[in-house]
Amino acid sequence: MEEHLPLIWAILIATAVFLYVCMDGFDLGLGILFPWFTHKDERDVMVNSVAPVWDGNETWLVLGGAGLLAVFPLAYATIFPALYMPLMLMLLALIFRGVSFEMRFKAHSERAQTWWDRAFSWGSYVAGFCQGIALGALVQGIRVENRAYAGGWWDWLSPFSLLTGLALLVGYGLLGACWLIWKSEGALAAKARHMARRLGVATLGFIALISLIMPFLQPAFFQRWFTLPWMVLASPVPILVAVLAWRFFRAIDATEVREAEAPRDPTGRGFRWRDGAPFLYVLGWFFLSYTGLGISLWPNIVPPGISIWEAAASPASQAFLLVGAAVLIPTILAYTGYTYWLFRGKVRVGEGYH
Amino acid sequence: MDGGFLPSALDLARFQFAFTVSFHFLFPAFTIGLASFLMVLEGLWLATGRSVYLDLFRYWLKVFAIAFAMGVVSGVVMSYQFGTNWSAFSDRIGNVIGPVMGYEVLTAFFLEAGFLGIMLFGLERFGKRLHFTATCLVALGTLISAFWILSANSWMHTPQGYSIAPDGRFMPEDWWAIIFNPSFPFRFVHTVTAAYLTTAFIVGGVGAFHLLRDSRNAGARRSFSMAMWMAAIVAPIQILIGDMHGLNTLEHQPQKVAAMEGHWERQRGAPLILLGQPDMAAEETHVLLEVPKLSALILTHELNGETPGLKDFPPDERPTDVPLVFWAFRVMVGLGTLMATLGLVSLFLRWRGRLYDTRLFLRAAVAMGPAGLLAVIAGWVTTEAGRQPFTVYGLLRTPESVSPLASPAVAASLLGFVLVYCVVFGAGIWYLFRLFGQPPHEAEPGPDENQPIRTSGITPAPAMRHAAGGHHAGP
Repeated sequence: MEEHLPLIWAILIATAVFLYVCMDGFDLGLGILFPWFTHKDERDVMVNSVAPVWDGNETWLVLGGAGLLAVFPLAYATIFPALYMPLMLMLLALIFRGVSFEMRFKAHSERAQTWWDRAFSWGSYVAGFCQGIALGALVQGIRVENRAYAGGWWDWLSPFSLLTGLALLVGYGLLGACWLIWKSEGALAAKARHMARRLGVATLGFIALISLIMPFLQPAFFQRWFTLPWMVLASPVPILVAVLAWRFFRAIDATEVREAEAPRDPTGRGFRWRDGAPFLYVLGWFFLSYTGLGISLWPNIVPPGISIWEAAASPASQAFLLVGAAVLIPTILAYTGYTYWLFRGKVRVGEGYH
Repeated sequence: MDGGFLPSALDLARFQFAFTVSFHFLFPAFTIGLASFLMVLEGLWLATGRSVYLDLFRYWLKVFAIAFAMGVVSGVVMSYQFGTNWSAFSDRIGNVIGPVMGYEVLTAFFLEAGFLGIMLFGLERFGKRLHFTATCLVALGTLISAFWILSANSWMHTPQGYSIAPDGRFMPEDWWAIIFNPSFPFRFVHTVTAAYLTTAFIVGGVGAFHLLRDSRNAGARRSFSMAMWMAAIVAPIQILIGDMHGLNTLEHQPQKVAAMEGHWERQRGAPLILLGQPDMAAEETHVLLEVPKLSALILTHELNGETPGLKDFPPDERPTDVPLVFWAFRVMVGLGTLMATLGLVSLFLRWRGRLYDTRLFLRAAVAMGPAGLLAVIAGWVTTEAGRQPFTVYGLLRTPESVSPLASPAVAASLLGFVLVYCVVFGAGIWYLFRLFGQPPHEAEPGPDENQPIRTSGITPAPAMRHAAGGHHAGP
């Protein structure tokens, strides 16, 4: 059992980070879309659609951090100083984004509300961009000597990390647009569909570009993707992305048809599972890209040199937290799902949560 | 890359941690108590059906929404700062306190965040039973959170249940001993009680402010009365708890107590120095006012008991800033004494039937509104500055704990934190004061009075009056 603990925990931490990317991804995506949705009613619907859940979404980021400290302390102690600047900027941006949820409804003047809208949007941009930069800088590798970060404070800045930053912004924007297709209707949903189609093409472009560059960043990545048997194992990833892409554009068309055909639901909240399809396909892209990343990095948690076994905490620490996590993570997923279920359905203009 | 004109990266990192954690703790210190207060208000409303409790619940829920959001976003910073700025510390002690913090996230943060949405937005939509459950779970979450984080913090003061590996890392040996380390029970009770008092004094201060304008305001009377009961009963108890916590500190961190007392020499029958100035260079305290034998009596419960002095310890094991520990302690104790006094006076006025219209007393209660917050911060400065020069007491020194970062990087982030915290939390606190400035009134709207629901004319008032009557208010 003991030798499997780091593997179990690597999967759990990776899951927590992935859940964060999915869930806060669409929250941040709404902020990223704000410049294209300028009317107050539109923005109110956008913010209201995530107001009851954003806090829980962001908690996965905290679990990613605290979990790393608990079970991979060496990774926590080397990755975080290496990514000091982007992480600090991300935290500051998340402050602006987080308080704006409350403040934009408390603002008593239009001017104040405009500023809180800006804080929400700019905070979302900076947070998303910095997360993408952090990802790119991690993939490029972190210099570690004597269990400590040994690089400079600008090492994270590279054309590749800027590229991943942009890519994540576009990807988050796409998640936000697909969330809106699910949670809104009428003109707002139509606009979201329009945005989603364009952002979908852009996201696929970024996925392709980064996938082409990745193997050449480190020799190990190249070997992973272009030698047997890894090549065979990894080949379904790009194929599945293409299949999901085709399904994605079809699904957006389908939501348009349904909205045109279905009479506006006068009583209920117009909840339609199938309007969530584009959102789920995009999550599929994220999952596959994330898996591709995992295939490249495996078994390292701090590339290029520190594996999950080298970074792992003592078995006693891992086991102690795993006992709780085994019960608590399913419980958390259950009540998080329950909250989403309670607040399901379309959010309408002029309707807050009461 | 190190700019020679900047303070050292270590000092900058220490200041940044102190700044961000102090700012952060203002919000949980308030919301821990406020969540429980809201639970009590909603419970009283459900039990009695009296609408004043629902009105008060809605009034304070709006405040809670803002304060909680500010606590969340400033708290995320803390969970990353151990890694970004204290990476050597994280690598050395991650095995021991990492899982403790992991449990905080899994048992508390998710619980609070998961049910906050229902608590803020769900009363009309999901009905009373689910809503009250959510309120209780959020309140429970704040207490569970305090449990774990104070356990981790206490372990840094009184470490046990560990072994040290050849490479210097701390390894867990006994989780029970780690979590329930010697200072934890005292610190937990002392801090949670402090949080309750903090809330009570803010609620009481706001209530008094509105009673000064209209002593008939039912909501203001009710909340002021509840707050003053808390002040009268809990503030004196807190002094006893603080005394026990101090005795625990004397046992495990004697040099901290010596710094708090301003005592340099080990002595029998030590006086309690009320006012003075510790002089670190001369290794003595210039005394202005002291009470003979009182320090010995408090610390040993004997008039001629023996108490330690700072000179018992080598200079590199004494707190690095004795005057700071000395003064922060006096601020905390002074405020605590004032809070207990206000509570006792309230009992007298209540007995005379003058609680709501004695203007001098109401003014004092307004002035004492932030007393709890100030006392909490002063208490934290006392205990954390008193732990120096160690991060893990006696075992790991602060300079050995810091990240290998260049000073300009830390200076830039510190500047960012100071600017952003002042702007964002300044604005947040300004909004809180706007809310405080509005008197609680009947048919209080929910936390989002400016949300579109009102501009569009679909006012929820009928549903609320219905609910306020104590009848079924389902979705």
